[in-house]
Amino acid sequence: MKRVVSIINCGTGNLLSVKNWLSYVGVVGKVVKESEDVRNAETLILPGVGAFSGGMDGLKKHLLIEPIREFIKTGRPLLGICLGMQMLMEYSEEFGRCEGLGIIPGRVEPVPDTKRDGQLHKIPHIGWSSIHSIMNKKEECNGKFYDSTLDNKNFYFLHSFMVVPSDDAYRVADTYYNGRRICAIIGKDNFFGCQFHPEKSGKNGLKILRNFLAL
Amino acid sequence: MDIKGANLIKGISFEGLRVIGNPNEYALRYYQEGIDEIIFIDAVASLYRRNNLKEIVRRTVNEVFVPITVGGGIRSVDDAREILSNGADKVAVNTAAIWRPELISEIAHKFGSQCLVLSVHAKRNNTGGWEALVDYGREHTNRDVIDWIKQGVSLGAGEVLLTSVDRDGTLKGFDIDLLKRVSSETKIPLIVSGGCGNPEHLIEAIEIGNVDAVAIASCLHFGNSPLQEIQTSLLKSNIQIAEH
Repeated sequence: MKRVVSIINCGTGNLLSVKNWLSYVGVVGKVVKESEDVRNAETLILPGVGAFSGGMDGLKKHLLIEPIREFIKTGRPLLGICLGMQMLMEYSEEFGRCEGLGIIPGRVEPVPDTKRDGQLHKIPHIGWSSIHSIMNKKEECNGKFYDSTLDNKNFYFLHSFMVVPSDDAYRVADTYYNGRRICAIIGKDNFFGCQFHPEKSGKNGLKILRNFLAL
Repeated sequence: MDIKGANLIKGISFEGLRVIGNPNEYALRYYQEGIDEIIFIDAVASLYRRNNLKEIVRRTVNEVFVPITVGGGIRSVDDAREILSNGADKVAVNTAAIWRPELISEIAHKFGSQCLVLSVHAKRNNTGGWEALVDYGREHTNRDVIDWIKQGVSLGAGEVLLTSVDRDGTLKGFDIDLLKRVSSETKIPLIVSGGCGNPEHLIEAIEIGNVDAVAIASCLHFGNSPLQEIQTSLLKSNIQIAEH
């Protein structure tokens, strides 16, 4: 029987693309939105685009917040993508404070609207950017979710907000936008989040997916 | 990739459309060669008042894992939803937005600005400016391109896709004056198309035109410059491209 990965539908996001991405590597993507489905899932993907509050409202409406927290405690793998990554944090500063899932300590704040030299740059941060592992993490990440073959590879970013973990232990890889450091991958053990869209990042994204499925 | 019916097509200044081939085969080939993003435009959508790309998009996203933008005939939030639910990441609006600019804010509010690309077809006029054309280059609007883009940005567009009608399909290089004017006044990412015939044109658009990205069609479809040759030239000029 094929492995099944449950994709949480919180009302936003390109679910079809995530589904196709999974089926490309021989996995069935099952779109779910009931708490029972989350509790019984083997593996979870939390996608999402758009506003933080909109995504959290979707999770609240379907009573998914506690089930997702419980799911992670059991050690089963979860991958958050873009907004799905941001919702793992404690809170966001997008249009006023909004509570997140609180799985990773830290917050979500706007991408700085200036380059390192102080000149204005374009927001959202759109396009392909290379990611770099946090130096002291290189060893421990090898062969796991992040491996050193992904270092300096490009991934597709499309976002105006970024996560700022308050504990560096969760920071896995960064990218730079005109000199501004942006957290590209966060997480540890069985739960990870990508600011970029791995499902839109060609074969590098597929490599991330295979690593995730091997957790 | 301009589409008419089931075919990938291409013209010169939006006229004399030639059939190139099967859009899904071309999309897959470009993806495998390392393209960053694919834009599908239904060339006759406004004429028939509907977008026929659903099936092509659905098939594409089965095996192509880069961002997909789809335009042509998007007249409502429902039209946008239908295209997005078939696997597109962004929708591009042009004709319907000119006649009813609120369409931009409606789609941006519903799906986010990152989802909404304002497609503008610019034709030089005799007063030194550019007029926005609609209906795949067939209809005049008397709208100044710069003013229209400013309005579109203020209504919530997330990106601008600017095509020079005069240069489209000519392979003679971009309308650099147009690029410079628009890029100096646009605060959101600007993608340009129309005229790219070789890698030097592309580098000129980025370095002198100061644009964020370049969209190319004829140059790839007709094999004037294969993608790999373009990538090599860009790397030599220190222009960042995706290493897939």
